[in-house]
Amino acid sequence: MEILASLLSFAFFAQVVRITVPYALAATGGAVCERSGVINIALEGKLLFGAFAAAVIAHATGSATAGMIAGVAGGMVVAAIYGLAVIVWRADQIVAGVAINLLALGLTRYLLAVLYGQSANSPRIPGFAFGGGTVWANPILWLTVVAVIAVTVTVGRTRFGLRLRAVGESPEAAATLGVRVAATRWATVTLAGALAGLGGAYLAIDIRGFVAGMSGGRGYIALAAVIMGKWRPAWAACACVVFGTAEALQIVLQAELGGELIPRELLQTLPYILTMLALAGFIGRSRPPKSLGKPYP
Amino acid sequence: MRREATLIATALLVAMAAGSILILIYGQSPARVYVALFSRTWGSTYGIGQVLFKSTPLIFTGLAVAIAFRCGLFNIGAEGQLAAGAFATGLVAASVHAPAVIAVPVAMIAGACAGGVIGAIPGALRAFTGAHEVINTIMLNFIVAALILWAGGEGAFASGTTHTALIDLRAAIPDLGIEGSAANVSILIALAAAVAVWFVLGRTRRGFELCAVGENPAAAENAGISVRAMTIWAMTLSGAIAGLVGTSTVLGYKHYFEEGMGRGTGFMGIAVALLGRNHPLGVVAAALVFGTLSHGGIAVSGICPKEIVDVLEAVIILALAVGAAAGHLDKKRKRA
Repeated sequence: MEILASLLSFAFFAQVVRITVPYALAATGGAVCERSGVINIALEGKLLFGAFAAAVIAHATGSATAGMIAGVAGGMVVAAIYGLAVIVWRADQIVAGVAINLLALGLTRYLLAVLYGQSANSPRIPGFAFGGGTVWANPILWLTVVAVIAVTVTVGRTRFGLRLRAVGESPEAAATLGVRVAATRWATVTLAGALAGLGGAYLAIDIRGFVAGMSGGRGYIALAAVIMGKWRPAWAACACVVFGTAEALQIVLQAELGGELIPRELLQTLPYILTMLALAGFIGRSRPPKSLGKPYP
Repeated sequence: MRREATLIATALLVAMAAGSILILIYGQSPARVYVALFSRTWGSTYGIGQVLFKSTPLIFTGLAVAIAFRCGLFNIGAEGQLAAGAFATGLVAASVHAPAVIAVPVAMIAGACAGGVIGAIPGALRAFTGAHEVINTIMLNFIVAALILWAGGEGAFASGTTHTALIDLRAAIPDLGIEGSAANVSILIALAAAVAVWFVLGRTRRGFELCAVGENPAAAENAGISVRAMTIWAMTLSGAIAGLVGTSTVLGYKHYFEEGMGRGTGFMGIAVALLGRNHPLGVVAAALVFGTLSHGGIAVSGICPKEIVDVLEAVIILALAVGAAAGHLDKKRKRA
């Protein structure tokens, strides 16, 4: 009974939201990016570098808002490197993505050592000056809601969205109709970088600092959510809510039962197993954009 | 061949240039760091021993990724496969009480089987449902890590620790005895694995079929090769080789499996395969390069932050990916 009460409580809902925000940001960006034909394994690196940039600037300026903007910029910088490699230089997107993730992991640690003399974490940074630190007063939450809606409408209901999808399915056909393939992909890759960077900023501001490797696989969960959501931004965001709920559930069960009911580790595998099932066609059919991962021209 | 050499040299130079900028930001001389990186690894017997030790797991994961590549598959799950393998090796080596001639092979086979199973899953999913192995191998990396933690909590780990019980020391693989370095006999096993892979890919019918599927699946299918069977077989073999990492880390060094052991080695295997151009002997050479960087972090840590080598490794991979694409473009242009 107590468990049920705590699951229906407002605090539990807040916990779900708190966990879901960075997933949703990264997944929304990932979905739009992949719809245009660019694989985004590098989400993890963008989250991580965004978190780092946010922490450094928030620490230097004393303002979480400045940190938030820096996080977006940080994500975009990583996206620019990624775009240069895969759009301009046609590098293999999976290899480049893995390299970007390793780069973000190594570079943030190196720069921590350069800036603060040790490579484990940043100094403490301020939170947002308003709202007393609740998730509801966190502007990034509301930016996430706006982003998910805006991206969903853009992809599904606008000319640009139609072109973007065309580029992801058949870049040659899109190009013959006058769509600029590279420019479209640059737009989506940069957008994904900005959103994932914002997600990173959220993580850093949430725990008041940067910790090495703090993205902790969230970029991959977001990637899983993209697949679960069948490459549709709104559905990807919904998948993030499912994953966020599973994670919150696990925290509550842990607190209430000491994790007896379902072992924490097994519950942790849920998003990954669901994704594998979805991809294999056991939960609906999840079909990637036709030209996903193929360089153009 | 010359183009390959240029590509590799360029990638290394680009990484060094990027590294130099970062070293200068730290206010240190790049020359000093690079000299230390080289002299403290290859400049002493102990350093060489450490490089060999660090290279051993990389040979296994590099071979694993290379085999999958040759079949046109991208295994980024060596991470999970090696964890499952090392975990199994640790458990089996702790419970099989037998002389070395039995215990060592049994523990190795356990590792290969566990890694092979984890590799076979995305292989089978790819073969039967068309699900892309990249996503499935990533997912399995996390699933395996969680399952090991769970099994650990259920009694696989010695109580209060995050490692398995000490193995029966008869299953331990002896040190090479290079001036106190951790280099052990498992590097010879890794070299033997490289030769075996070279033989299978280059000299056997099955290896030829595997590469044929990688080159052109449609043509291979027309020639009567089962693409489906080859896909599963390649991923299983790939996982099994990654599963041998525990031979070096568990049997040769720690003498128990520890949570997080070998983390990152799977991803570095991609770098090793790329740099080694997916050739088994190239993989050995590339593993030595990355093994040098891996020990080099400790070697330069007095001069600049040791994470510089992580950056160097990442830039090498990125530069190789870009360079390979540029080379491909050249070929296309020439044909046109």
